[in-house]
Amino acid sequence: MAKRTGIEVSIAIAEAARQADVDVVSAYPITPQTHIVEHLAQLVADGDLDANYITVESEHTAMSACVGASAAGARVFTSTSSQGLALMNEIVYLASSLRTPVVMALANRALSGPISIWNDHSDVMNERDTGWICIFANNGQEAYDLTLMAFRIGEDKRVMLPVMINFDGFILTHVIEPIYMFDDDEIADFIPPYEPVIYLDTDNPITMGPVGVPDIYTEAKKQQEVAIRESRSVIDEVFDEFAGRYGRRYRAVETYKAEDAEIVLLAQGSVIEAAEAAVDVLRDQGKKVGAVELRLWRPFPFDDLREVLCGTSIKQVVVLDRCISFGGPIGPVLSEVRSALYLEKDKPMVVGVVAGLGGRDIHLEEYIEMFRIGEECLRTGKDAGEEPELVKIVGLRE
Amino acid sequence: MVEIRFHGRGGQGAVTSAELLAQAAIKEGKYAQAFPAFGAERRGAPVLAFTRISDEVIKLRIGIYQPDVVIVLDPSLVKAVPVVAGLKEGGLVVLNSKKGPGDWKKDLGREDVMVASVDATSIAMEELGVPITNVVMLGALLKAKPLVNLEPLEGFIAQRFPRIAGKEIKAFRRAYQETRVE
Repeated sequence: MAKRTGIEVSIAIAEAARQADVDVVSAYPITPQTHIVEHLAQLVADGDLDANYITVESEHTAMSACVGASAAGARVFTSTSSQGLALMNEIVYLASSLRTPVVMALANRALSGPISIWNDHSDVMNERDTGWICIFANNGQEAYDLTLMAFRIGEDKRVMLPVMINFDGFILTHVIEPIYMFDDDEIADFIPPYEPVIYLDTDNPITMGPVGVPDIYTEAKKQQEVAIRESRSVIDEVFDEFAGRYGRRYRAVETYKAEDAEIVLLAQGSVIEAAEAAVDVLRDQGKKVGAVELRLWRPFPFDDLREVLCGTSIKQVVVLDRCISFGGPIGPVLSEVRSALYLEKDKPMVVGVVAGLGGRDIHLEEYIEMFRIGEECLRTGKDAGEEPELVKIVGLRE
Repeated sequence: MVEIRFHGRGGQGAVTSAELLAQAAIKEGKYAQAFPAFGAERRGAPVLAFTRISDEVIKLRIGIYQPDVVIVLDPSLVKAVPVVAGLKEGGLVVLNSKKGPGDWKKDLGREDVMVASVDATSIAMEELGVPITNVVMLGALLKAKPLVNLEPLEGFIAQRFPRIAGKEIKAFRRAYQETRVE
């Protein structure tokens, strides 16, 4: 039986890795992820987790150790944030290319500069095209549940890809809140030992990661693209099995009061719960509004999103980005949502806003302002206002 | 929902106070959050910690700007930081002070609020031998506002301070007895 516990979200995530019985942890401490790897180091030192904790001098080496260990057939976990992920970047791309199913808990934090230890989504968006399965949690329970599910998804023989679980730094990592924690036995049943298909073995030597000459590189990349697209059915299977076992249902795209809504706010991460609170306020005023959460970021849930947004009551989408695509189409989420709807005939208008950069709180009134921007676009019939490419920051000090 | 802001100095355990309170509330089946002011902390510098307690799921994920309750762990902080900033009309201030609550109302310039005061530093020195008032001040808080039952909170205090659990709980109960509310 799961036990309702008041626990820091970081500790719950580390406990998920322990319950998954990881073989190797390699990480370099960085705020706000630090409590996760500290707790794992403690578990290993105390003999409560039979794993190798590989201490390293940088995140680049941490991810290198993770890829190496995974290539040798180990179940591997790491965690990082912001500059740490940026420093890993070279090997992050290798992890997916080599098909090593490393699980990463990413405590989302802004990228420098100026130096910010606080939350936004610029770190994950910088890794958007690295080929990892990428999922967002919006509270502590989801961060714990999804970390557990990440091992099942990534290590599935039909997938064999690394998985990144995103959760907002500080806003979630440093909060104590109620989380239903499973018994170890339940998780041992849900996550059986990892059985690698191909792995480095001195008795049966193979080569992994050789040069891909022009004659083979294109095919290798095509295979990788096919693999991540096909991972979608396994993600749904794992979500289904989790719901069947434990009663909590996860979907690639989640909705809140969107069934008869005309205007929806679309976002990722912990802001979704606050957006829902704003929806409740506006619903009380008789406004037909809702919220849409893009939980699955990679593989991108094209069909799910179209099903929610196209040919329905929704006439206007307001996309909230927590990151700026400098000189580009405002934010990466806006860009992808518009792109996904491009060929649809019966589709809503889409406007983008940016808020909550570098740890700035987004207040309830500011979510309401985002809906007002949507209302204005809908009223004037102008998709994104007078200046469609101008970055609209809500909560900006003038 | 009740929103509580703790004022302390780095190293005094304000974050621990916020956490223990949330854990006790969660144990009672309520919803709660406890979190520090996000950022770097320095020993001795003014710090903040927060707790939210509610009967329903808490969807707020931002700092507490208009608390219902303010708790000040260190007597010197009242002059150093605006401790009653944003405190709701009719809210509660819990102070570590030898001075009575009536006098404090005038000094704080907030006749509308309820004030509780207790000489937490003396209690901590007598019972623990160190001027660490985080657990002591929770006793004062619960006297002024019974947010959680004493027993589950004492359980978490004992869990957090296994080697000095008896002393901490005695100090906690003394503060509960000695706190004056006006």
